Amino acid sequence: MMSKTPFSAFVRKEFYHIFRDRWTTLILLIMPMMMLLLLGFAITTEVKNAQILVLDPSRDEATRMIINTLEASEYFEIKGEVTSIEEVETLFRKGDIGMVLVFSEHFSDKMLHTGKAQVQLITDGSDPNYALTLTQYATAIIGGVVQEFSAAQGSIPCQIHSDVRFMYNPTLKGGYNTVPGVLGMVLMLICAMMTSISIAREKEFGTMEILLVSPVKPIVIILSKTVPYILISLINLTTILLLSVFVLKVPVTGNLLLFFLLALLFIFVSLSLGLLVSAVAKSQMVAMLISGMLMMLPVILLSGIIFPVESMPLFFQWLANIIPANWFIKAVKKVMIQGLGFGAISFELMILSGMALLLVLLSLKAFKKRLD
Amino acid sequence: MIKVHNIYKKYSKIQALEDISFDVPRGEIFGIIGPDGAGKTSLFRILTTLILADSGNATIDELDLVKQYRLIRNRIGYMPGRFSLYQDLSVEENLSFYASIFGTTIEENARQIEDIYNQLLPFRKRRAGALSGGMKQKLALCCALIHKPKILFLDEPTTGVDPVSRNDFWNMLQRLQAEGLTILVSTSYMEEASLCDRIALIQNGRFLKVNTPENITKQYQRHLFAVSSDNMSLLLGDLRKHPFVTSSYAFGDVHHITVEFPDSSAKEFSQWALQIREFLMQCGHTNIFVSVISPSVEDCFMDLICLPQEQAVPASLSSVVNDD
Repeated sequence: MMSKTPFSAFVRKEFYHIFRDRWTTLILLIMPMMMLLLLGFAITTEVKNAQILVLDPSRDEATRMIINTLEASEYFEIKGEVTSIEEVETLFRKGDIGMVLVFSEHFSDKMLHTGKAQVQLITDGSDPNYALTLTQYATAIIGGVVQEFSAAQGSIPCQIHSDVRFMYNPTLKGGYNTVPGVLGMVLMLICAMMTSISIAREKEFGTMEILLVSPVKPIVIILSKTVPYILISLINLTTILLLSVFVLKVPVTGNLLLFFLLALLFIFVSLSLGLLVSAVAKSQMVAMLISGMLMMLPVILLSGIIFPVESMPLFFQWLANIIPANWFIKAVKKVMIQGLGFGAISFELMILSGMALLLVLLSLKAFKKRLD
Repeated sequence: MIKVHNIYKKYSKIQALEDISFDVPRGEIFGIIGPDGAGKTSLFRILTTLILADSGNATIDELDLVKQYRLIRNRIGYMPGRFSLYQDLSVEENLSFYASIFGTTIEENARQIEDIYNQLLPFRKRRAGALSGGMKQKLALCCALIHKPKILFLDEPTTGVDPVSRNDFWNMLQRLQAEGLTILVSTSYMEEASLCDRIALIQNGRFLKVNTPENITKQYQRHLFAVSSDNMSLLLGDLRKHPFVTSSYAFGDVHHITVEFPDSSAKEFSQWALQIREFLMQCGHTNIFVSVISPSVEDCFMDLICLPQEQAVPASLSSVVNDD
């Protein structure tokens, strides 16, 4: 066997650990993809073919037009008609119906003559996000139809129609929000969690005792622990990008090089966080709990992947600011979705660099040359 | 080679080590003998620079334990109490990894570990986790030796290893000693004490005695008997009822008792044995054997920790004995 430096021996050993344990390999390479696809497809606020019912006592030109337009859009699917408002509740209880559209009597007459025609949108409020999205979509469509109809009838449009356009994401695809979020989460998971677990494992199995007794410098132990995870993170970064472009149809509009630079910086921050955790945790379980509770959960909850941060109480918005992943996600959105350049994300880069410096210093200080 | 002066170590509540001092000259096998929880591992961790003592000082190969710990780490080989190699790496990978972190290779040190490594050769592709207990110990010893240390610290190397492998292991240690290594070894198996050049008996963080095994048994003052009958569990209780029995404890297949007769000079040992036998017959025992024996290190240890007559043997000790 050829002579090796302690460092390369360490890195090689680390790869053995990763690829010899089926679960570790699976977590490191398959889970990121699963997460992206799951969040990209299943957990989405996009509306597609929501089933709606119609209660239409007027049955006139205007209501027909509205119903047809709704049906024609890809968001809604008219499931049928109901004849009384009492039926609505039982149908909602069954759970397949997303919204019920209730027109007032003599709808087009009232609209043309008094300008006060009414249409009621009843949604299932037990899922407020979904309900809100449905009503927004429906309102926009109905507004458009009403305007068109009034114009055709020769009367002055009685309503101000708001034309909402979503910049950079005109069709409101969930993926535009999901991909940066999942990137942040995955890099955090792999770098912070796996690094801290792998160091904690050395402590748990007692191998750290022998490593510490050896003349190897602590910095070598630390660095060699991080190198494999940096490589694996870069692999994951690439697979996530490919998946998002080709499966989720989220294009990368910005500079790829800038994007990877940003990702590397974030990887660095996450790694130092992981090292800091490992300095405290004595067993794999503790490492996993700390990184899970202190890092993964806040990232999931406070980074806007699932819940919008803007609508949270101020305290949480402030809390969200100290989470490195949030700055990363913000910057990724700018580079990847908006296609902005270096200048646009310089603030985020600065904050991340500051965090990296602080965390590296802290974790180097916390790493123990002895056991206790 | 090792000089230890007045080492104290306290964990939050427990005084783990109290006033430990001893010297180990070059080329000696020094045994630290005591039950689980006596402080052996703490002492080893302090001497291998893994933890700091609260007070006291020590030098290893003339190097200060605290200030020159980096230099010390180059010269010592350490085998922790529990199996501390990478279970998912093969025998060969473990060895070459440990060789690398000490900046050397298996080949360079082939001679040093030849003996032991040859026994491992058939398994070199096997993962360490799948080795038998004895093989694991040999691998761990190999890894501890790979960088030609001057001093070897072995913390309970034979715990959980079958008797044949334990024997093997001690033979290896003696060969290493012949090559000039200084070996500090701890064990809770009392019968291994006689294989050391000198031993320290440790209990509750204190050294009870430091001497050669022969001297320790020579200094034994009491009259010792081995007793057995058909009902060993009842026997222990009945022996304690005997007015002249000062202590009794299980020792392998028999019970050992120490006896103090009021008119000690008047009677022969054999007569005492007869007297105890009669007493046990009255208690209803059958198939009774009582014989005078010479003390082992364990008997000395039991004597030193001053078991009051009614007190049971510490669980760890009796289980160690009963394992055999």
